[in-house]
Amino acid sequence: MTRADSTAPPGHPLDPSGRTVLTASDVSRALRRIAHEVLEHNKGADDLVLLGIPSRGVELAHRLAGLVREVEGAEVPVGSLDITMHRDDLRSQPTRAPMHTTIPPGGIDDRVVVLVDDVLYSGRTIRAALDALSDLGRPRAVRLAVLVDRGHRELPIRADHVGKNLPTSHSEKVQVRLAGFDGIDDVVRIAGGDAR
Amino acid sequence: MSTLLLAGPTWYAADGTPGRGDVLLRDGVVAQIGTVDAPTGAEQVDADGLTLLPGFVDLHTHLREPGREDTETIASGSRAAAVGGFTAVLAMANTTPVTDTAEAAERILDLGRAAGLVDVVPVGAVTKGLEGAELAELGLMHRSRAGVQVFSDDGHCVADGRVMRRALEYVRAFGGVVSQHSQDPDLAGPQACCHEGEVSGRLGLPGWPPVAEASIIARDALLAEHTRSRVHVAHVSTAEGLDVVRWAKARGIAMTAEVTPHHLALGTDLLAGYDPVHKVNPPLRPAEDREALVEGLLDGTIDAVATDHAPHARHDKEQAFVDAAFGMLGLETAFAVVHDLLVADGRLGWADLSRVMSTGPARIAGLAGHGHPVAVGAPANLVLVDPTARVGVDRDASQSLSRNTPWHGQTLTGTVHTTILRGRVTARGGEPTTC
Amino acid sequence: MNRHLLSSADLTRDDVRMLLATASEMHEVQRRDVKKLPTLRGRTVINLFFEDSTRTRSSFEIAGKWMSADTINITGKGSSASKGESLRDTVRTIDAMSVDAIVIRHMASGAAHQVSQWVDASVINAGDGTHEHPTQALLDAYTIEQRLGNLDGARVAIVGDLTHSRVFRSNAITLRTLGAHVTLVAPPTLMPSGIGPWATTDGLTLTDDLDAVLASGPDAVMMLRVQRERMSGGYFPTAREYTVGFGLTRERLRALSDANLEAVICHPGPMNRGLEISADAADAAQSLVLEQVSAGVAVRMSVLYHLLAGEGVAA
Repeated sequence: MTRADSTAPPGHPLDPSGRTVLTASDVSRALRRIAHEVLEHNKGADDLVLLGIPSRGVELAHRLAGLVREVEGAEVPVGSLDITMHRDDLRSQPTRAPMHTTIPPGGIDDRVVVLVDDVLYSGRTIRAALDALSDLGRPRAVRLAVLVDRGHRELPIRADHVGKNLPTSHSEKVQVRLAGFDGIDDVVRIAGGDAR
Repeated sequence: MSTLLLAGPTWYAADGTPGRGDVLLRDGVVAQIGTVDAPTGAEQVDADGLTLLPGFVDLHTHLREPGREDTETIASGSRAAAVGGFTAVLAMANTTPVTDTAEAAERILDLGRAAGLVDVVPVGAVTKGLEGAELAELGLMHRSRAGVQVFSDDGHCVADGRVMRRALEYVRAFGGVVSQHSQDPDLAGPQACCHEGEVSGRLGLPGWPPVAEASIIARDALLAEHTRSRVHVAHVSTAEGLDVVRWAKARGIAMTAEVTPHHLALGTDLLAGYDPVHKVNPPLRPAEDREALVEGLLDGTIDAVATDHAPHARHDKEQAFVDAAFGMLGLETAFAVVHDLLVADGRLGWADLSRVMSTGPARIAGLAGHGHPVAVGAPANLVLVDPTARVGVDRDASQSLSRNTPWHGQTLTGTVHTTILRGRVTARGGEPTTC
Repeated sequence: MNRHLLSSADLTRDDVRMLLATASEMHEVQRRDVKKLPTLRGRTVINLFFEDSTRTRSSFEIAGKWMSADTINITGKGSSASKGESLRDTVRTIDAMSVDAIVIRHMASGAAHQVSQWVDASVINAGDGTHEHPTQALLDAYTIEQRLGNLDGARVAIVGDLTHSRVFRSNAITLRTLGAHVTLVAPPTLMPSGIGPWATTDGLTLTDDLDAVLASGPDAVMMLRVQRERMSGGYFPTAREYTVGFGLTRERLRALSDANLEAVICHPGPMNRGLEISADAADAAQSLVLEQVSAGVAVRMSVLYHLLAGEGVAA
């Protein structure tokens, strides 16, 4: 199982044979709902820290922070958590350059860290993120928010907040494009696989 | 007693005139030339398409016996020499112990005769123990059965001007010659291993500047003039050094010079790989020097091609470059390299090849029986070569006990077909004969 | 990037940029409480040092350990003058233990290159004779860029015993790779042989006038260590004459600051205070000497990561 598209560089072309499963307004609604859920579960914005997983998780984390500001009027610290150095598949892949890890000034000790990513698939990325997080401090709790859950977990990992559940087959790939990162309207598409 | 018929080779007179026909060898001399019927009991060699030359004479070989028999012995070196087309080789004195006495010289002579594949001519040290301080027993070595004519501290330079002067004066008495490894030790010390220039600068290797060679040649030329004696420049490697030889000759000084095949064909750029197989003293030089050396060979400034065959054990070469031993093998590849580089494209004619690989060196060393052009009555020290055959050099197949050849894996044009020492075959088809 | 780092010339501009970017992330790790990444767990790195160097060896050792690699220090025996194993046998014995990388420092130029021909492990050149020291050049570039920003178009002077300096050779390459203008300052006896055509080919400027170079306000001045043995080797009459002609004295420090307030001073260490660099210069605000040391670990973590973590060539 590869993460072929999750690491696609900004503005990487979409597969024209794919189909759209989330339009820009779908994405917007999903994020708004996630923001509400996070606040509801946490009973407010206190002690929340949003950490996006590069690349597109970071933009999503920032957007969630903006929505929390709108809804609750509170400023939630945002950062990024690169997991390259904690991957479990390093030896079987060409070496990748690590991306940026920024932990907000207040740190993560005794905070409620919400990891934010675009697609949840095998769960290995999140396992690596938990590993990376444990070297940085001791959160009170860690939660996971993803835009898309496409199934096929290989580890006992689950998302707390999901934008959309998308059953997929292994041969398909999920392509996420975000306005800030990719310079085009938000969209989530599925491409490849057997014809439906 | 043995009779050998060479059927149909081509040969060249000293002036370059080609000849073709059968050559009959009997009792160690050339007995008949022309159309010859094979006498009964005569061995025959089909030499059609082959070229018959005087056997090669090497003024500069290291046979390592006594002292480093793990790398070469007089017997194995003789096999390598025979396969390379040589009928005489001069064995340098830097053995352990050094060949600086009559007894040591005679021992080497006897070992060479026992092997019986090539005339091994001992070179005597100039100074005791090669230490450059006191003259060795030059006269006794000359009077010995070995009849030493050529003296050299090769490996080391006779740097002390006074010692060199005395040596030249001394050998004049019997027409001897001093072969000088021209390297001023103060300008190029024992660590110097790379031509001083851009390559040595970039690679961080201790430089060996041309002036270290040329300054010694200049001094020795003037000493030879002053003492009216003969001096020979071993392995000249630089344009600057060659210019001094040319000047000396023009002035009538009795100076001769030799060049190695590797200094003609290989360049300092090879050192970028830091492969110790390319480490040699004097070092490989840039193209300008190589071109000058080729010019010098063609115009007669250089009298001889000499191999400086230097066998080394693997563990002495498999060290860091600056720590590795200096030297390359040369006996088995000398003809192929020179032919491939200079004869194949016509720059060097066959008569000139014989001049530099046989006649010239034989004369410098005083070897009366070697280097004679093909003629009735001449001693039968000959080599048959195949100018069109190609040889892939395989170090593991070498006759030498050592493997440090820079030509491994390369294909050269021109092979030695048969080598003949006083009418007897010593090597054929790349293999020595047993005697 | 290929699987060895033998020479700074092995690295393209993209390679250097990638290594420095990763080094920046690694530098971040150094500031945490848990200075450890699991990335090279299960890899074995041998530090094979024939030449003593506490600084470089401990830097590589820490770098390996912070990446969770098993690092082992082996002291190589001297040159072949001590009749022992050949260099080839020595390294093949180590390689036969299936190690992943050999970090080698040796007194002989070219040693790392030769070793790479004899072993299966990745070979990292930690300094070979007077030839190269690629990780030093990377950490120097990193340190300067941390202070001054991008080196593209920057003017850097390298001053001192160039003939015997592997730091110079690697830095000249890496600085040029990043687009900097390099000026070499040394007395004639300490300029490497063949430097004329070399400088022309590689776009280096040569001079023996340190004061003129400082007056032009370079962005960075890299002082090289001068070994006192060079004085007795006849390269230079006396230490005093060297300092007057080529030392970064207090007066020259002032001249540099006057010409360019932002100019930085580097020295690969160890320093001969008072010889090639005055105490004032070594301790000045513009001096990057301690930052160079800190950067060294981050850069070496980056190099180990990019050579060992993945399979094959970098994406």
